Amino acid sequence: MLKKTIAAIAGHGLVLFVRMLTAPRTIWAGIEPIPRKRVYFANHTSNADFPVIWTALPAFLRSQTRPVAASDYWLKSRPRAFFGRDVLNAVLINRDRETRDASEDPVALMVAALDEGSSLILFPEGGRNLTEDPVLPFKSGLYHLARARPDVDLVPTWIDNMNSVLPKGEVVPVPLICTVTFGSPLHIAPGEDRDIFLSRAGRALAALSGRGDDHGAR
Amino acid sequence: MAHVEFAQLFTGLILALLGATLLASALRRWWPAAAGGQNIIVETLFARINAWWAMVVLLSFAAFFGRLGIVVLFLLVSFSALREFLTLTRKRRADHWAMMFSFFIALPLQYLLVYIGSVGLFTIFIPVYTFLFLPVLAVIRGDTSGFLSRVAETQWALMLTIFAASHAPALLLLEIDGYEGKQILLIAWLVIVVQAADIAHYIVPRLMGRTRIAPSLPHSRTWEGFLGALGAGAIIGTALSWVTPFAPWQAAIMAIVVAVLGYAGGMVMAAIKRDKGVVDWSHLIPGQGGFIDRLDSVVFSAPLFFHLVRYFWT
Repeated sequence: MLKKTIAAIAGHGLVLFVRMLTAPRTIWAGIEPIPRKRVYFANHTSNADFPVIWTALPAFLRSQTRPVAASDYWLKSRPRAFFGRDVLNAVLINRDRETRDASEDPVALMVAALDEGSSLILFPEGGRNLTEDPVLPFKSGLYHLARARPDVDLVPTWIDNMNSVLPKGEVVPVPLICTVTFGSPLHIAPGEDRDIFLSRAGRALAALSGRGDDHGAR
Repeated sequence: MAHVEFAQLFTGLILALLGATLLASALRRWWPAAAGGQNIIVETLFARINAWWAMVVLLSFAAFFGRLGIVVLFLLVSFSALREFLTLTRKRRADHWAMMFSFFIALPLQYLLVYIGSVGLFTIFIPVYTFLFLPVLAVIRGDTSGFLSRVAETQWALMLTIFAASHAPALLLLEIDGYEGKQILLIAWLVIVVQAADIAHYIVPRLMGRTRIAPSLPHSRTWEGFLGALGAGAIIGTALSWVTPFAPWQAAIMAIVVAVLGYAGGMVMAAIKRDKGVVDWSHLIPGQGGFIDRLDSVVFSAPLFFHLVRYFWT
């Protein structure tokens, strides 16, 4: 109970902090902010990407949207575990194929979270993108998820400028303005090949990257 | 004492804004919108009037806390403007320290210098020391691709959004005979003249037609707009000369100088926006874009206004 209250307060504090820092702007380019089961898949350049998407969502969607994150990072220390598990309510995934057992199957965990009624935030590039390319080739998790629950909307979500706010390896964020663009949802076609689907999803995400530059378009 | 003039100016502004709000409401009601939509001129007018309400309320509230209040207000405005500017400048990962320096050291230090009244230092801190120090911060991170343009764009951001903007609160530091404790009225006068010129530049071409100044300039730059801005600035500036240390004819000249600079500032900032491919600096003020969109002309005219007053009146 106490832990829950603290987690809720920390969640609000986090949203407030992100708002003050980056004043993120949300563009609903392909969907409306309505409570539907969705998988938001986003580009990943910075540790602050989760909180930014989280802040960009309206409160009533935020409470039922869970990030999918690596357990080796988020369980490293107690504060991190509290933050990841209790504040963000993350679905924690063991990235290490060697050590994980059958009960830790990432796709099964994500499907279970969807079946409970949650939406998910996923970074299908598998790690932070440090290259000049807008999007790295996707890992197969998104494909397996799309096959397991083909009716769920897969929403490409482009985070612009976050790599300047907090580049990899930096500790102190600088207050620049970010834009989060939600594009049109994708669904897997029956019998669609894995690589074709993943590159289609990657292109859909990269296609949103141009819009973020236009900070003032009205 | 400052309080009499301040109260008179404040009352006058509130009345003027009430009148403007009523007028805009009447226009919205009686001037039928084209094709069922909103009338874009009236809506723009409304957005401007709301911004002026915010300026009057914020400036008055800050003035209540004296020099500290004014300095903190402009510090926050500078912060918002710097954030908008640096969001659009060219940068790489190696610029992170330069970004941190800009936000966390250069910005507060400049306003601290203004607050403690160190005129000698605040006028050279960013043009000299920061100018020499920022490229060093960038180069020790080792990434030289696009180096000159990265460094130059960051320095431009600091010059405009911190250095130039800080000259408005710095007007409080000027010691003018017989004008002690009233310097805040100079800030108000500057902002009012620039805003009047700004709105005249927007409205006059729509009422009196458009003759473009030159084909090379954007189509919004018309002789009607330019002369309207000068005229409106001069009329308001002269009419308000009683809040300044200037004689009416001096106020007219100062107002024209300020209006011309503000006009030029608007053109320069519009050129930067076009270069960066954006319509507005940000989305932070609903219906108007960003802080720089509303304050570009104040920022451009503040340093010269500061030095003119300092040279001729102190």
